[in-house]
Amino acid sequence: MNSSMLFNITTFTYLVSMLAFFAFLASRSKISGTVAISCAYGGLLAQTVAIGLRWKESYDMGVGHAPLSNLYESVVFFSWTIVLIYLLLDIKYTYRVIGAFVMPFALLGMAWAQIGLNTGIEPLVPALQSNWLLYHVITCFLGYAAFAVACGISIMYLIRANHDENGQEAGDGSMMGMFPPIKVLDDLNYRSIMIGFPLLTLGIITGAAWANYAWGTYWSWDPKETWSLIVWFVYAAFLHARITKGWVGRRAAWLSIIGFAATIFCYLGVNLFLSGLHSYGGGK
Amino acid sequence: MTTQQRNFLQSLRDFFCSLKLTLFLLISLAVLSIIGTIIPQGRLPEEYIAQIGPARMKIYTSIGFFDMYHSWWFILLLCLLTINLISCSIKRLPHIWKIISQPVTVLGSSLEKSLANIATIQISGDQKVLKEEISLFLKNEFAEPIMSETDGDVHLFAQKMPWCRLSVYVVHLSVIVIFIGAIIGSIFGYKGYVNIPEGESVSRIMLRSEKELDLGFSLRLEQFTVAKYATGAPKEFKSILTVLENGRPVPDYTNARVIVNDPLTYKGITFYQSSYGNAGSYFFTVSSMDGKTTTPLTLDSNSSATLPDGSSMHVLEATDDVSQFIPQYSGPAAQVEIHTPEGASEKVVVFANFPELNIQHAKEHKNGLVLQYKGTQKKMYTGLQVAKDPGVWIVWIGCFLMVCGVYSAFFLSHRRIWVRIQEGAATMGGNVSKNQGAFQNTFDDLVAKLNNHLAKEKQQ
Ligand code: HEM
Repeated sequence: MNSSMLFNITTFTYLVSMLAFFAFLASRSKISGTVAISCAYGGLLAQTVAIGLRWKESYDMGVGHAPLSNLYESVVFFSWTIVLIYLLLDIKYTYRVIGAFVMPFALLGMAWAQIGLNTGIEPLVPALQSNWLLYHVITCFLGYAAFAVACGISIMYLIRANHDENGQEAGDGSMMGMFPPIKVLDDLNYRSIMIGFPLLTLGIITGAAWANYAWGTYWSWDPKETWSLIVWFVYAAFLHARITKGWVGRRAAWLSIIGFAATIFCYLGVNLFLSGLHSYGGGK
Repeated sequence: MTTQQRNFLQSLRDFFCSLKLTLFLLISLAVLSIIGTIIPQGRLPEEYIAQIGPARMKIYTSIGFFDMYHSWWFILLLCLLTINLISCSIKRLPHIWKIISQPVTVLGSSLEKSLANIATIQISGDQKVLKEEISLFLKNEFAEPIMSETDGDVHLFAQKMPWCRLSVYVVHLSVIVIFIGAIIGSIFGYKGYVNIPEGESVSRIMLRSEKELDLGFSLRLEQFTVAKYATGAPKEFKSILTVLENGRPVPDYTNARVIVNDPLTYKGITFYQSSYGNAGSYFFTVSSMDGKTTTPLTLDSNSSATLPDGSSMHVLEATDDVSQFIPQYSGPAAQVEIHTPEGASEKVVVFANFPELNIQHAKEHKNGLVLQYKGTQKKMYTGLQVAKDPGVWIVWIGCFLMVCGVYSAFFLSHRRIWVRIQEGAATMGGNVSKNQGAFQNTFDDLVAKLNNHLAKEKQQ
């Protein structure tokens, strides 16, 4: 068994998990829900082992480094953190259906990584040979993952809020009955961002510390840095929006979705469309 | 002060204390920051003109798009944010401070009505004993209570982590601390670069502002090497450096290794591995047509020499085997560029093994000078970034405050419990600054435990 096979198994398991979540949403059958969440746990376990294996494989090849060094590895790690944060939230708050809106993100990441990206293990270029890489990438991606979960929850919020406004009853039998009430969704959105914001803050700070250590400037307005700051501004706005009259609810949900769109642009868009110091994660 | 003035000041205050302004500023900063990620910042004017033409270039320059993070409007937004932050905090701080420093220790009826968590417990027995009993219970299960008596009722008050109400202010303070650190760094620090050829020492560096700066000591490059992976990808760029004070090596800074991600710091000035290149010398001879006079000429890669006829020459490139460029010839050759006094310039290939070609070229150009390439001495130079930033520690302190502040703002809460002991009944009230849902459970637990506890005491 090598890491690449395990990653394929992970992807398949996430696919089953997502489909089971959809079935759960549509049919309200308890079994689907159990299958869905079990697959999420199983997939996370397989992926954890796979990441560990890949780490070991890189040492066997004589270029040993943590598997966080190129676009493929970061997408895989992102997908891992999304499932991790979702499961932690599920343990704490047990609103299982949220999985139907979160697992697609994790599946999308894994599928893209496995099908579309170069999976080879490469040696580290000098610029990435630093322990700061580990701290920086782990904190950033945990933060991003929490924002992904918040985005899923915000989409649910908007769907449910539209439905409620149309005056339809969320009867026990309907799909809407499966959605948590908007108050709960609003709260969960806030809680996910409460997890993500401090992690993003740490991610930006560790990035700045690394830049200062390696280049002598903690901030150089490089496009990636700037975009991470843009994301940070959006979520800071979200946090203040919650305590401002007239900004709760719908607008907060939109801010959370915009925040995640900015996050994805910061992660992928900057490398695809803009130039800068963070060649890391670029292209192939 | 007239009423009008007072109204004006009042509305100015309201404007700066408003959270809507905060939202506006945060979102504006986010949106405007995008500009600088799309338009490359700080390039040379020629590059911009080539891309967008002189007319737009002029407009963009006057708006400040090419250095937008230092433009007046971006700085203005940051200043407004700071003022907004300070005024908002100042407005709310006294109220918060009062909650912390002068807690309400008596559970009166209006407080009771305002609390979300209230429970009544039936009690019987001696009030004095009960008072001690409940006080001890609170101390063990929650926090040490304060006791007071009014109108014959006994009041207990206990609280946990009142100071965490300040965490939001710590976050806001940290933003200002970081700004202060950044300002100090930009006033008292500098960034520059220096190139040092192997075996040579330098004491002056070039600043970003194109000014020169004397370090007060010198730095000598002993050696520069590039290591590669088997694939040919670069593995390590390494400079071996020695710091010299008055020409003498400083013991702990002799043969210090500097690689990417591992700089050298001496006297608060840090040197970072950043680039490298060839600083080798090229050897030529210049002869007259008749071959009677021959003078040697030595050039390094970024200098130029004046030839006897007044033209200047510099080396563009040299190779040990010219056949990869010109297949019919072999051996060492150099490509040089010659500028004549008349302003013409041309590129010439000067060979080592084919003097007849060099002579032929001289004939064609009628300047009567025959160049002959004699080879090269390989030598590398290292390019180092140099930085000094005395404000960086303040920035790190700000970051530390921010992280602590954000975590405690989100995950800690100020919890308060009041107990009023009257004849036959004890009333317990609770309040929390955040996360009411979780506190509800804690509170219900506490009530149940107290009930059990009192029941058990009575049996004994
Ligand atoms: C224009 C600047 C700012 C102003 C005027 C401002 C004002 C405020 C105010 C009035 C509160 C509410 C305090 C309370 O409820 O007692 C608050 C909360 C908070 N602020 Fe700011 N703030 C600003 C910028 C920032 C920034 C840049 C951050 C970045 C981290 C930040 C982080 C927070 C946090 C984490 C909270 C707590 C929110 C919550 O509990 O949900 N603030 N801010």
